[in-house]
Amino acid sequence: MTALLPRRGLAQIFALIVILAIDRAVSPQFFDLRLQDGRLFGSLIDVLNRGTPVALLSLGMVLVIATRGIDLSVGAVMAICGAIAASLADSHGLPVVLAAALGAGLVCGLWNGFLVAVLGMQPIVATLILMVAGRGIAQLITEGRIVTFSSPDLVWLGNGAILGLPVPVAIALGMLLLTGAVVRGSALGLLIEATGGNARASELAGVGTRAMILAVYVWCGVCAALAGVIAAADIMGADANNAGLWLELDAILAVVIGGTSLFGGRFSLVLAVLGALIIQTMNTGILLSGYPPEFNLLVKAVVVLAVLLLQSPKLSGLAGIATRLRGTKP
Amino acid sequence: MKGLPPVLITAIVLVAGFAACAAQFPNIASTRVVGNLLTDNAFLGIVATGMTFVIISGGIDLSVGSVIGFTTVFVALASERWGVPPLVAFVAILALSAAFGAAMGAVIHVFDLPPFIVTLAGMFLARGASFLLSTESVPITAPVYSTVSDFALRMPGGGRLTAIAIIMLAIVIGGALLLHLTRFGANVYALGGSRATAGLMGVAVGKMTVKIYMLSSLLAGLAGIVFSFYTSAGYSLSAVGVELDSIAAVVIGGTLLTGGQGSVIGTFLGVLIQGMIQTYINFDGTLSSWWTKIATGVLLFAFIALQQALVTLARRPVAKRAGAAS
Repeated sequence: MTALLPRRGLAQIFALIVILAIDRAVSPQFFDLRLQDGRLFGSLIDVLNRGTPVALLSLGMVLVIATRGIDLSVGAVMAICGAIAASLADSHGLPVVLAAALGAGLVCGLWNGFLVAVLGMQPIVATLILMVAGRGIAQLITEGRIVTFSSPDLVWLGNGAILGLPVPVAIALGMLLLTGAVVRGSALGLLIEATGGNARASELAGVGTRAMILAVYVWCGVCAALAGVIAAADIMGADANNAGLWLELDAILAVVIGGTSLFGGRFSLVLAVLGALIIQTMNTGILLSGYPPEFNLLVKAVVVLAVLLLQSPKLSGLAGIATRLRGTKP
Repeated sequence: MKGLPPVLITAIVLVAGFAACAAQFPNIASTRVVGNLLTDNAFLGIVATGMTFVIISGGIDLSVGSVIGFTTVFVALASERWGVPPLVAFVAILALSAAFGAAMGAVIHVFDLPPFIVTLAGMFLARGASFLLSTESVPITAPVYSTVSDFALRMPGGGRLTAIAIIMLAIVIGGALLLHLTRFGANVYALGGSRATAGLMGVAVGKMTVKIYMLSSLLAGLAGIVFSFYTSAGYSLSAVGVELDSIAAVVIGGTLLTGGQGSVIGTFLGVLIQGMIQTYINFDGTLSSWWTKIATGVLLFAFIALQQALVTLARRPVAKRAGAAS
C-alpha cells in the first residue's frame, strides 16, 4: 500500500487530461476563455461552475467516508436548505438567509451524526431516514410550490463574479482551502482517518471517535447546505422535488473516483474535488458532443465499475480471479 | 428468535393505523379500498420481497427501480414497435433481468466490493439503458394488456382483486416459503449472520451471492411487467426511487438492515403500511402527498431505533463475557 502512495493522484489527473482532450476534440473552442463584464466565460469556466454543487458535497462526503460512514441525505439536505434560503430571500438580508440555511444544514448533520455516533446506527440506514423524509420536509417549507425570489444579493451568490471567477467557484475554492487547512493543518485529519481505520482501537488509544464522527456529519450537512443555497441562487428559485436529486450518488462517485476507499481510513480532499470535476467534464463533454444527455448515466456506470475494479483488493490479474472462483466451490 | 417481535410490532402498527383511519373515514374499511391498495402497491410488494432476501443476506440492491423502468420500456417497445408477442417479451426480459442480477452478484463476490456501490453502478446502467431505448412514454395496446387489466376476482363488498394483486400475493407467499422452509432460505440467513462463518460451515458463499442478487433482479423484472400492466405504458422515468420505498418497507417489516434477521411477511406488512398512509392522505384530501415521505421517514426512524435497542439488549451479555475472558 505504501508503495502506491507516491503515485496517488496521478491516475485522476491523467483521467481528467484525457477527458479534457476528448472534449477539445469534439468541441474545438472548448479551451476558449473570454472576459466579459468582469467575468470569465467559456466551457472550462462552465465546467467549474456546474461542478460546484457536487464538489461542495464531495468535500463533506469525503470526510464522512473516511470515517467508514456514508451520507445519503445530502441531496435532501440541499433541497431543505435551498427551500429555506428561497423563502427567506425576499424578506430578509443575505446574512440572515445564509445563517438560517447553513444552520438548517448543521442541524441535519447533527441529526445524522447523533444517530451514527451516539445511537450507533449503520450510516447507510441512519442517513436513509433523512433522505426519505428530507424531501418531504423541503416540500413542507415550500408548501409544494416552486418558490422563486428576486433578491439581488442571493442571485449574486449564484451568478455573480469575484475577480473574474463565478462566485460559486470562488466559494467552493474557499471551502476547499478552509477544510484543507482545518483537517490537514492539524492532527484532525489523522484522527478522522484513525477513526475510519479502526474505531475501537482509536478509541482505546484516546481518540474521541464519537466527537470525530459527529463533527464530520455536521460538516457534511453544512457543505450540503451551501451547495443547496448555491443551487437555489443559480436558478433563482427552490424546487423541493428536484434540487439536489441524486446528487448524493454523484458526490459518492466523486469521492470514489478520487481514490478514497469506501472502507475508510484514508482520504484526499483535493482528489475528491478533482473527482467531481472529472464527472462534470464528462457531462459537459457529452452535452457538447451532441449525444443525448441520457448517455451520462451509462458513461457514469462504466466509470464507477472501472474505478471499483481498479480499487478492488482482489484484482491482481486473471490468475487471482481464477483462484477466487475456484475457492467459491464448496 | 427469527425476529418475531419486530414483525408483531409491525402488525400492531398496521392494525392500529388501519383502525384509526377507519375511525375517521369509515369507508376505508371496505374490500373496495383494500383491493385498490393491493393493486396500487402490487409492484412494490413484488420488488420488496426480493429486497428482503438481499437485505437478510447482509446486502442491498439499489438497482431495482431502474430495472423496473427498463422493463416497462423494453416490454412496451417489444410489443408495440418490434412486433414481438408480449409473452415472448416477458420471458426475454425476465431472463435479461436475472442475468443482470447474476452479473452484479458475481462482481460483488469476485471482487469483494460493497454491494451498495456495485448496485449503484447497476442502477445507473439500467436507467441509462432504458433512456437509450426511448425517452418518451410508449403506450401499450397489446390485447393481452386489456385482458389482464379487465380480469379481477370479485370480493364480497364490491372489491376487486385484480390480476396484478393476485400475482403479488402469490410472489409474497412463494417468497415466504422459499425463505423460511428451504435450504436456500436458511443459507440466506446464514450469509447475513456472518459471511465468514457461513463459508466455513459449507455454504457456497459465491453461488449464494449470485443467486440472491439474481432473485432480486428477477423479481424487479417481474415488478416491471406488473407495473406496465398497471400503467399500460412503458416509460424510462417510471419507478424512480422505488428502491428507497422497498428498502423502507423491508425495514418497517422488521428486517435487520445488518442482515441475519427478518421475514417476507413483515415486508408485506411494511408495504401495506406505506399503502395505508397513502390511502389515508388520499381520503383526507387536504394533506399533500409529500406527507407520505415524512410519515415513512418517521416510521423508518422508529423501527430502526427499536431494532437498535433490541440488538443492543441482545448483545449486552455477550459483550460482558468477552470482557471477562480478556
